[in-house]
Amino acid sequence: MGETRGDKLFAIVNNFILIVILAIVLYPLVFVLSASISNPLAVSRGELWLWPKDISFAGYQKVFQNKDILIGYGNTILYAVIGTAINVVMTILAAYPLSRKDFAGRNVIMIMMVFTMFFSGGMIPTYLIIKKLGMLNSMWALVIPNAVAVWNIIIMRTFFRENVPYEVQEAAMIDGCSKTQILLRVMLPLSLPIIAVMTLFYCVDHWNSYFSALIYLTDRGKFPLQLVLREILIQNQMDKMAGSASSLSEQIMYGQQIKYAVVIVANLPVFLLYPFLQRYFVQGMTIGAIKG
Amino acid sequence: MPIKKLLQMDADKAAILEYAYKTESDSRGDDDLIRTARKHWLNNWELYLLITPVLAYFIIFHYIPMYGVQIAFKDFIATKGITGSPWVGMKHFDRFFQSYFFWRLIKNTLGIGVYQLAVGFPVPILLALMIHEVRGKFFKKTVQTVTYAPHFLSTVVMVGILVIFLTPDTGIVNQIIKAFGGHSIPFMTEPGWFKSLYVFSGVWQQMGWSSIIYLAALSGVDPQLHEAARVDGASRLQRIWHINIPCIVPTIVILLILNTGSVLSVGFEKAFLMQNDMNLESSDVFATYVYRSGLLGAQYSFSAAVGFFSNIVNFVLLVTVNFIARRVGGNSLW
Repeated sequence: MGETRGDKLFAIVNNFILIVILAIVLYPLVFVLSASISNPLAVSRGELWLWPKDISFAGYQKVFQNKDILIGYGNTILYAVIGTAINVVMTILAAYPLSRKDFAGRNVIMIMMVFTMFFSGGMIPTYLIIKKLGMLNSMWALVIPNAVAVWNIIIMRTFFRENVPYEVQEAAMIDGCSKTQILLRVMLPLSLPIIAVMTLFYCVDHWNSYFSALIYLTDRGKFPLQLVLREILIQNQMDKMAGSASSLSEQIMYGQQIKYAVVIVANLPVFLLYPFLQRYFVQGMTIGAIKG
Repeated sequence: MPIKKLLQMDADKAAILEYAYKTESDSRGDDDLIRTARKHWLNNWELYLLITPVLAYFIIFHYIPMYGVQIAFKDFIATKGITGSPWVGMKHFDRFFQSYFFWRLIKNTLGIGVYQLAVGFPVPILLALMIHEVRGKFFKKTVQTVTYAPHFLSTVVMVGILVIFLTPDTGIVNQIIKAFGGHSIPFMTEPGWFKSLYVFSGVWQQMGWSSIIYLAALSGVDPQLHEAARVDGASRLQRIWHINIPCIVPTIVILLILNTGSVLSVGFEKAFLMQNDMNLESSDVFATYVYRSGLLGAQYSFSAAVGFFSNIVNFVLLVTVNFIARRVGGNSLW
């Protein structure tokens, strides 16, 4: 069927606007990347618009010499791995019983969980509980108080219910499987895609979070990467790093370069993986939205 | 791919939280209730065992803090604990309502929340409608990949980029302004800029990601509707207006309810990072105030009262909007 002139015009305008949006989203990202590998002098003079100028990796050198960043990186990896493991196990433990029709009380439990999405005790009472449990200034304050996300339980429960036929479970039961064995031998092997999605969701959350660490941690040696980043990027605390520079303006200049480099270093793992994993993220989002 | 199947599910079923409130009519014979219960337990005890850690988690980290909200009505004394501290009624609430901060917090939180709703809510819908119209597969994929990407930047990095770009004199934005003969603007410390920066950086970061839901709903639109409309001579714009938009209205309503419900819960994370002494008058919101006066200032009871107040308002808002939506359009969370 031929398109009318109006439709063709529409397509052109539509694509044009999208290209503009594309540029707006992409430009800051490309600029940061370029600035991070350019000569800081050129950047501060405003000679850099898009592509790198006088390539220099000095910023990265300074970043990798910085102890706080390296320790923060290590801490973040540790917290992300342990936190994600707890998250995924808890999500499965909740989602499996809730997905079964013969689990009496599942509606009550579901309502109880969903209610916490809309109402909470607030920052202070939660803080006092964590203090009372002796979790202050320990890794556990970062991984236990958000051990599971209701939204992800919903996604997983839906997946269990829609994608593993109940007959398969019944057949396993007739063959003598207990409920736990059904979970381990039938449900989980059939649910690997959704488990991958959950792992990604939780992992990115842990990687990017700073709030719990800000509130619960006081010991600098335990700070995750994001808290270190906050000091460098937002509070401008990097006197030691720009140390060798002689004048104040030079310090500011090198400081800027360190900032650019730090942004790249912090997001590298996520952005390197992102193109390959995008499909899974989107699938996870869509299951949650459409079938929730 | 089983997930593909899910994508094609009827958009009508998008009522996001519907499931939780669906009650099933299990009519059991009540003559031998105890025997049935016993049998049920013997068959299902493993399921209860499995879910126990999760229940414990919700009780300890969600319901006990809710119970702990009572310190808002008490004078918290650390040695006596939450339950042992003396009741003082509405003292802390009175103090808050009469304080200088009350109206400032209401104004800022509501201002940012409404601003965000007005700008941030429609943009992903428009973006989804536009992406859906793209014919070229590669271009479509590129737009999606690129616009989703900023979602994965952490809040710290997002605000960090804002700071770098907007620094007076050396930041790229001010360099551009100066190149056109303007004067450099101290964006981050100017109270007047705070709300716009907050909202538009949020749009930049989240518009792609938020559009995923609408794109999924759009992919569920029956192609026959479009065929029929085309035969009747409808243009593409007309088809978007009369077919695509009505088809995603249920999704839009649900998300609108959820977004409106959180108007007062302007996130701590970003506001706190963008805050500084200079812009405090327009950047101080409930969450950041609770943090400052409660955790930094150790006024536990008072700031618990402030937090409780904003939670209640939020909850009432959510319930109200949900009620209106149900009455007007027949779409609601419950």
